Order: sequence, then structure tokens, then C-alpha cells
Amino acid sequence: MSWRLWVPLFAFAAFVGLAAYQLTQPKDDFVQSGMVGQPLPYFDLPPAMDGVEGVTSGTFADGEPRLLNIWASWCLPCIAEAPQLESLEQQGAKIVGIAIRDRPEDVAGFLAQHGNPYTHIGRDDLSEVQLAIGSSGVPETFVVDGQGVIRYQHIGDIRARDVPILLDELEKAR
Amino acid sequence: MIAELGLAALWLAAALAALQMSAGFLALRAGNASELAALIRPAAIVQGVLVTFSFAMLVWLFAITDLSVKLVASNSHSLKPLVFKLSGTWGNHEGSMLLWVMVMGLAGALIALVERRLPERTMNATLAAQGVVSLGFYAFLLLSSNPFERLPVPAAEGMGLNPLLQDIGLAFHPPTLYLGYVGLSVAFSFAVGALLTRQVTPDFARAMRPWVLAAWIMLTIGITAGSYWAYYELGWGGWWFWDPVENASLMPWLAATALLHSASVLASRDALRTWTIMLGVVAFSMSMVGTFLVRSGILTSVHAFAVDPERGTFILVLLGIFIGGALLLFALRANTISEGERFALASREGALVFNNVMLSAILAIVLLGTLYPLLTEAFDVRVSVGPPYFNPVGAIFAIPMFAVMAVGPLLRWREDRIDRIGKEVALTAALVVAALVLTSLLTEIGLLPLLGLVFGIGLAVASWLPLRGRNLARTPLATWGMVVAHFGIAVALIGMASESAFTKERLAAIEQGDTATVGPWTVVLEGVEPVAGPNWTAVQARLSARYGDGEARELTPQSRNFWAPPQQTTESALATRWNGQLYAVVGDRSPDGRWQLRLWWKPFVTLIWYGGLLIALGGLLALIGRVLTDLRHRRLAARIAERRADREALA
Repeated sequence: MSWRLWVPLFAFAAFVGLAAYQLTQPKDDFVQSGMVGQPLPYFDLPPAMDGVEGVTSGTFADGEPRLLNIWASWCLPCIAEAPQLESLEQQGAKIVGIAIRDRPEDVAGFLAQHGNPYTHIGRDDLSEVQLAIGSSGVPETFVVDGQGVIRYQHIGDIRARDVPILLDELEKAR
Repeated sequence: MIAELGLAALWLAAALAALQMSAGFLALRAGNASELAALIRPAAIVQGVLVTFSFAMLVWLFAITDLSVKLVASNSHSLKPLVFKLSGTWGNHEGSMLLWVMVMGLAGALIALVERRLPERTMNATLAAQGVVSLGFYAFLLLSSNPFERLPVPAAEGMGLNPLLQDIGLAFHPPTLYLGYVGLSVAFSFAVGALLTRQVTPDFARAMRPWVLAAWIMLTIGITAGSYWAYYELGWGGWWFWDPVENASLMPWLAATALLHSASVLASRDALRTWTIMLGVVAFSMSMVGTFLVRSGILTSVHAFAVDPERGTFILVLLGIFIGGALLLFALRANTISEGERFALASREGALVFNNVMLSAILAIVLLGTLYPLLTEAFDVRVSVGPPYFNPVGAIFAIPMFAVMAVGPLLRWREDRIDRIGKEVALTAALVVAALVLTSLLTEIGLLPLLGLVFGIGLAVASWLPLRGRNLARTPLATWGMVVAHFGIAVALIGMASESAFTKERLAAIEQGDTATVGPWTVVLEGVEPVAGPNWTAVQARLSARYGDGEARELTPQSRNFWAPPQQTTESALATRWNGQLYAVVGDRSPDGRWQLRLWWKPFVTLIWYGGLLIALGGLLALIGRVLTDLRHRRLAARIAERRADREALA
């Protein structure tokens, strides 16, 4: 009789062990874009606010690799990644932004508060371009080479450890 | 300031939980002589007050949309209607955990205030166990998910609430489930307290039973409401998807149902002692396992929660301490608890044990199916377990359970003969066979819906038989509760079977002015217009639906686009009749200008949720009956004590 009393505990321990193992496994929660390795689709976005340039697929066709940052002023992780974008820009990265479902006054407010690392900012009110390049959320950052081909996708906010990775990818795209 | 007040109250409450725990365990070791024992009940009561205050502060922060608080900024929006601002308080991880500890604190305070039946030693142990559980959740909140955290710079605008959650039904669905989970935590504390002091008595079962009943009512309502929400909000026409999150709520319900019945046996007959303790531990562990699976994100679900491995680890550690500790205690102590009264196989206890075993088997099946993807992923195989597994495998155990459920309540306690209730058994069996023959002659439906339908019909009649020959006015409320709840099971079962057997579906692409038919309904697409709400815009179809030759009804399904955060949802439109529902969803416009319409005719589908509500109503009747009886006993005991004191004074 008495060994049977231990069965629930052992079954439970097995569950905890399995769950603990699974928690340590890297979880593939990200939807990787099928567009990595493909050229950017054609698009033409108006400027997201006064005084900046809009974004077209032609912006990427001058031989210079660029970062394409999908963001929005209503997105908190975008605030978190602002310093990293700043540091990328200072280290020579050219960053093109696309503001998703945003208002010009909010974009201006965001940039005034958190800095403007962008050379161009396009306005994507219906997430059309976002979906066309295979981005499933905000923020995401793509490395696009000088021929307009998507080379690399970073999902989520850019943390400090991602900065060298992105610089490296930009170098590789050259 | 408000946020800081809330946080301070939360820390103080945590300190009191620590006091409650340590004083409880010290008193347990030292016996009642310990001076600390006097502190336990007041600690529990003040803790309840403080944590309630803390929660009220968070509600206040959401009400005024204080965007300097991180939680408010990430989950609310100044444009949101007030009711959703308030429900936003618990529509997120931190807030919902605070709600959890608040309800737990209130429950602890309530036991400390009113529960006097159990020996003081057992009460101390119970409150100590409650202190351990509370302290774990306080640590979780304060160390890893502080709801009152401020942003370094206040946000300009909030990030909104998940638009799928902007629904009045859903605003109150999670709290209902939480009340259920917390009720089970109280049952758990009682079980641990009884195990620690080896006082597994009928009194223990009576003290625990209202909590299990209350938890079970809440879980029933929560599951019923959640199922209806998924039905009309997700727009897929289904009402149960065997999704991990749904299973996470179903598993505690199954365990609580078993516990409810075994606690009744223990209360009335002093049998099933260790089994009741075991179920008390299992029921709470199921709510914790469910919370863990949902919050840690190790299983993929249609329900999006903020997934965070750190929180997952924290819950897993809590789970390990609470449940591992309780199971260890069980393994060490259960031997020393005597078996209790014996009973014959053919008896009320026998039927209840059978149903307990069946419920536990179904629980094991659901648990296995839910965890299986986790197991195979460890070997890099990705699988998805769905209805083809859950439905038939569950039915193997559910069908015999329904059969025994029909006759079990007619049996006497301790020992009985089946032939004494021969007439009732024959009536029920005849009904089932007649329904079986009739349905299989008239229609051609699958085996599972067929069995569900005929057993539902049999049970619907049999559930009322326990009232036969009784004086209805003097029948205890608890018996009425049982009858109504069992009848509710039958009603829900008939609804489920009918929905799966007789649903008609139609996917049509039609132009304005065109007609589509589904079952007895004729639906005309009158027009499609854009409409706007407080934080969304939508395409709304105007449908005119006619049942047979009846009056036309207007239906307006929508396809909504929210903008904070951007998300598209479908708002289905329903036309409810006594015999079922028409369910309409509008889809996209095809390039040639036609609109996609999805129509379902679901005969008697509403019985599923009416059944659920009847089950909850039955539970409520039983709860009221039990509490009233307890109060009456208490008054009686007080009067007897008074008389004895008088007599002694006279002598």
C-alpha cells in the first residue's frame, strides 16, 4: 500500500521536470518572414510627418545597405529600442523608418522626445507595406542590401546586445 | 502617491501572510499553548483588508488612466469606455495576479472570522497552509510582476486593451474563474491542515464543502461564459476547441466535481478520507498547472497572454513548493489516516466512487492530451492534439458515468439492492433504448452525438426521480440542488449532441440583394455599410433572415478593425429561437464585388449554456442549503450550551 502513496508525487515530479526542461528550451515564438532573401516589393509611402522624406522601394536601390525599422509612436517597446537605434545611427548605420498606423503629430512628439535616427520615415496607415514584407508586429527591423534585397530580420525591440549583430549584418550586406 | 500606497499595502499584507504562516506552524509544534496562536486569525483578517485596499488602489489608477504607471500605460487607453478601463485592471498579468491574491486574502479572512467547527489545532494548520500559498503569490507579485511599477517618463498615451478583450462578457469571465481557483486553494489549505493534524473527519469535510461548492459554481459559470464568448466572438461557429486555455479551466472543474462528491461522502458517511484529501490537493494543483501552462507560454494557444519565461519559472517553482510539498506530506501521512467507514458496492457511496473514478479518468485524459505536445516537443516532434482524441476517448468514460449518474442518487447509503430501484432503472433504460431506436431510424448521425442525445434524454428524466415520493416542501435545498445540477448536465449534453449532429453550414459569396439559404432559414443581404465605434471601424452587413415563412429579422454581423493596438476581429450576429440559433459572420469582399457570408443553423445549441447555468444554479441551491443548515446547527449548539450553562448555574 505505502509505495502507491508516492505515485502522485513522482508523477508530479515528472511533470515539473518536463516543464522545467521545456522552459529552458529556446522557444520559437517568432514568425520569420518568408521575404528574407527576396527583393522588397514595390511600394511608395508618403512622409509620416512634415519635414521628413517618405519611403519608396527606390530608397533602397542606391547600392547602400540600410536598416528598415518598422515602428509606431504608440508602441512601448519602440521607446525601449530608441537608444539602440540612436547608437546604430552614430555608428554609421542608415536607418529608414516606417510608422505603422500613426498620426503625424504623434510621430513628431515621439521623435522630439526620443530622438530621430531616421533618414526617411514613411507612413503606413493600413499596415500594407508591413504585411507585404512579412513583418508580424511592431517593432521589427530588417537589413536590406543595396539592391533592395531583404537580408536579415530582427523581431522585437533592439536590445544592446543586438546592436553589434545588426552592424555585422549590415557589413555582410555590403 | 496612489501607486505607492497600493504597493505599501501589498508589502504589509505579504508580511502578515508571513506572520500567519510562521505563527501557524509554531503553534502547530507547540500546541495551543503557544502565545503566537492568538495572532493567527487577526493576521489573516488584517491581511485581507490590506490586500483589498491595494487592489482598490490599482482600480483607481486605471479609472483615472494614470499613464505614469507602466501597467496602466501598457494596458489602458484614455479613449476607452470607463467599464473597460476598470476591467483593464485585471485584463493583464499583474492585475489579475493582484485580483487573485485579493480574493485569496478575503477568503482567508472569512475563514478566520467564521470557521469554528474544526479543532483549533487544525484551524491553525489550515491558516498556516493558507499563509504559505498567499506568501508565494505575494512574492510572485512583488518580486517579478509589480503592478504598481512607475515609468521613468510617463507615456503620452496608453497602448489599449486587447480588442478581443473589449467585451463585457469577457471583462467578467477571468475574475469568475479566479474566484473558482481561489476557492480551490482554500479547499487545499483545509486538506493540508487536516493532513498535518491527522484530523480527517466529517467536520473537516463540512468545513471544506462550502468552499468547494462556491469554487465549483464559479468555475461552472466561468467555463459556460467562456465557451459562449469563444462561440460568438471568435466567429468560428464552434463552442469548445480543446484549446490549452480551455482545458486549463476544465481540469480544475473536473477535479472539483469529483471533490464535491467525495466530500459529501466524507461529510455524511465518514468514508473516502484519503481520497478526499488527495482530490483536495489535485483540484488546486490543476488550477495551478492550468495557470502555469497559460502564463508560461510553453503551450501555444488561441488565447494570447503576455508570455514570459521568467514568470513561467516562478509559477513552476510555486507549483513545486505547494503541490510537491502537499504530495510529499500525503505520501508520508496518508498511511496513518484510517480508512473510514466501509460500504457495499451497490450503495450511494459505491455509485459516487464509480463516478469519482470516471471523472478522474476524464481528468487524466484531458491532462494527458494537453501535456502531450509538451512531451513530444522534448523530442522535437510537433503535434497538435484536438477533438479526434478528446471526444471519443473522453466519451469512453463519460457514457458509463452518465448511466450511473442516472441511478446513483436513487440508491441508499451504505448498502442497497439494485432490484429495490428496479422500476426506476427499467424506466430510464427503456427511455434510453426508445430514444436510441427512434433517433437512429429517423436520422443518420454519428455515434457520439447519438449516444450523447439518448443518454441526455434518459438523464433528463432520471435526474428528477430522486424527488419521487418525497414531500417537495420539506425536501432539503441541497437535494434540489443535486437534482437541478444533474438535470443541467443532461440539458447541456443534449445541446452538445444536437449541435454536433444537426448543424448546417453555408459559405456563400453573394451580391447586395441576393439570397442564401441554410437549413430552414432564408437570408437576404440587404446592404453593407461602414460603421465606427469608440476605438474601431467596421464593415457591417445588414441581413434580413427569415425562418421558414416567419417574420424577417435583421442581423448585423461586423468585421471590426481596432486601431489601438491594430487588430481585426469578427462580430458575429445571432438570431435566437427556442429551437436553436442562426449564426452569421461577414467576411471579406472578393475582387468581383461579392461579399463572403458564413451562415450556420445550429438546432438547440443554446441548451449547452442553459445547461451550464442550470448546473451552476444547482450548485448555488446546494450552497445556500448547506450554509443555512450550518447556521441552524450553530444556533442550536449555542442554545444547548446556554441551557447547560444555566443548569450548571442553578445547580
